[in-house]
Amino acid sequence: MTTTTAPTSHAGADDHAADHAPAEHEQSFFMKYLWSTDHKVIGFQYMITGLLMAIIGGYMAYGFRMQLAWPGEWIPGVGFLSSQQYNAYVTTHGTVMIFWFAMPVLIAAFGNWLIPLMTGCDDMAFPRINRLSYQVFFVSALVLLASFFVDGGAFGGAWTAYPPLSAKATMNLTPLGSTLWVVAVALEFVAFLLGGINFITTSMNARAPGMTMMRIPIVVWTIVVASILFMVSVGPLVAGAAMLVLDQQVGTHFYDPGHGGDPILWQHLFWFFGHPEVYVVLLPAMGVCAEIITCNARKKFFGYQTFLYTLFATGIISFFVWAHHQFVAGIDPRMANIFTITTLIISIPIAEMIFLYIATLAGGQIRLNVPMLWALSFLAEFLLGGVTGIFLGASGSDIYFHDTYFVIAHFHYTFVPIAVIACFAGFTHWIPKMTGRMMNETIGKLHFWTTIVGFNLVFLPLFITGMWGDHRRIYNYQHFPDLSTQAMQDLRIASTVGLLIMIAAQGFFVWNLVWTWKKGPPAGNNPWRGTTLEWQTTSPPGHGNFHPMPTVHRGPYEYSVPGAAEDFIPQNQPPA
Amino acid sequence: MSFAKPIATLRTSAGLPTGRLALWWLLASEVIIFGGLLASYVMQRLGHPEWAHDAAHTNIWFGAGNTIILLTSSLSAVLGHQAAQTGDGKKAARYLWLTIGGAAWFLINKGFEWSGEISHGFTITKSGFWSFYYTAAGLHGLHVIAGATAMAVVALDAAKNKELQRVEYVGIYWHLVDVIWIFLFPLLYIAK
Repeated sequence: MTTTTAPTSHAGADDHAADHAPAEHEQSFFMKYLWSTDHKVIGFQYMITGLLMAIIGGYMAYGFRMQLAWPGEWIPGVGFLSSQQYNAYVTTHGTVMIFWFAMPVLIAAFGNWLIPLMTGCDDMAFPRINRLSYQVFFVSALVLLASFFVDGGAFGGAWTAYPPLSAKATMNLTPLGSTLWVVAVALEFVAFLLGGINFITTSMNARAPGMTMMRIPIVVWTIVVASILFMVSVGPLVAGAAMLVLDQQVGTHFYDPGHGGDPILWQHLFWFFGHPEVYVVLLPAMGVCAEIITCNARKKFFGYQTFLYTLFATGIISFFVWAHHQFVAGIDPRMANIFTITTLIISIPIAEMIFLYIATLAGGQIRLNVPMLWALSFLAEFLLGGVTGIFLGASGSDIYFHDTYFVIAHFHYTFVPIAVIACFAGFTHWIPKMTGRMMNETIGKLHFWTTIVGFNLVFLPLFITGMWGDHRRIYNYQHFPDLSTQAMQDLRIASTVGLLIMIAAQGFFVWNLVWTWKKGPPAGNNPWRGTTLEWQTTSPPGHGNFHPMPTVHRGPYEYSVPGAAEDFIPQNQPPA
Repeated sequence: MSFAKPIATLRTSAGLPTGRLALWWLLASEVIIFGGLLASYVMQRLGHPEWAHDAAHTNIWFGAGNTIILLTSSLSAVLGHQAAQTGDGKKAARYLWLTIGGAAWFLINKGFEWSGEISHGFTITKSGFWSFYYTAAGLHGLHVIAGATAMAVVALDAAKNKELQRVEYVGIYWHLVDVIWIFLFPLLYIAK
């Protein structure tokens, strides 16, 4: 198909558009911060909404961990937690942390901030679709929270929402909450489909002159690949969600085995999305850490192209592992063998990525600032999550470990590094760019160490209780004599104490934000002496990001180039 | 409110216009949504041979008639694109309105077909087949409505010779709506 009236090719379009760029004029608060199409404002909106949702998700975790440590007792700030509320808290915690915290912050907030700045353009390709994406996302968050205030309360069938529990109000006792949950998740998918198409299109089409494929910074690559993975995997679940709502509200029997339906169908639709989803959030986190590690090792990234191949390999293999969530759901053992093998294979490209990071660090002049601490701890902690995953990916051992706290500990050792550690790495690295002020290193280090100690104290004991047989969906272990020994209860209490430390540690972060706001020293354009384009403009970047628009002359990681005057050469510096 | 397009929208690093590029990604995501739904249907259908009795009650004449209407409406979408190519926005808009007429006719037929079926007791809860029948055709119907709405917006602009490249984009989207129906028709009506 040929195009006719499409925008003509643009030898001089950039200059032309720059002439007509609207001058910055006074706008009302509403137009500037709530109705803006500027990618930086939308990035902030996603980030702040994501962090507020993380507080809600953390509050839920506080509620149910207190119940598990001291069952049936009054919980400060929560009250007595009934079993129905307990289920709602567990479900909402999982749903919020993945869909309303990890995704908006890692993909939407960092994607919005970094893609235009790193590829050297003034905004997203579709600024108004970008705004619409945030608005749909915001509504989805409200719908989810509204489910706590309807008759029957919020949905309590776990974030995986397996039918028939999720499909029948007579079983889940949340006639409205369960539907609001599905609708909220579906709206969130719509928001990220809109946002994802925008990210992919912008990175493909709106790059600065000279920004060839092999000069794109790694974090942009990872966000784009994550967006593609999301788009390719979520479709069947969108259809599945429509079917689930019909089962709940109209009385169809898609998932009802009593009337010719199939509950396993949902598990396939859910995990065909759900497992790639792990990589949807993992890959941007890996990208964030790649940028920070390279910048702070003052060395060229080791094996840029190799990284891209491992990235694509991870993305492709992630579509062939989903049934490892169903080893005990009655699948054919021959099928289980195949999915065991694919699951173990996917650890190869991920391990290769980690080796690339280690090779980048080797021989570098490492600068141990706060973002670097977070990025290095990401590697160490994520490694624990990856290694314990091997026990779960192997169908034989999974039959024992399935639905125990070992699983909980495993996936929190992947998701906490992704959603918490990599997010803090990214914040502390780019907040000087976003706000124009430096954060406090000492408070930052206090925050880092207390969070890391708290985090490990939460989940290391859970590996052990899981191996001892703790089932994950139990409200009060005192009802199960085999699981209510003093040793097991002590470990549960240790885990809860770890959570309290981790929550308290976030006070340091809030303190640091206030400190930065009140007396943070000016960051200047390039406080970390970085090579990528976002560091070559003002902090924070003004309207239109770059004046003049940059032209790219070299790869993204020209650190410590022999013979160069400085230990870094910006991407937009012309060859001598 | 006027809206100045940023430089980012006008660049074409990948060698094709940004709008068309984004549209292909949109189509990809739509294909996967319907792909998941139809794959679920086919898997269930293979496991339930008795659904053929339900399928025998679908009205193949309504289905065939709607197929012809939808395919013909794609022709007028292409003619609209051709007119836009020569810069004749008014003519392009007229063809788009013709396409929207096809969409409306399709939906009216669908309304008669469904009310007949429902009045004979073939409701969405009757059996697994009818659940899939109404869900798949209903989701497709929503896409018909969305496509027609988008065409109306583009036609209003095109009549003023503005954003003529969008005539092609809605046309591509309309072909997708068409193609999905070409999958639905044999799967829901013909397969007995």
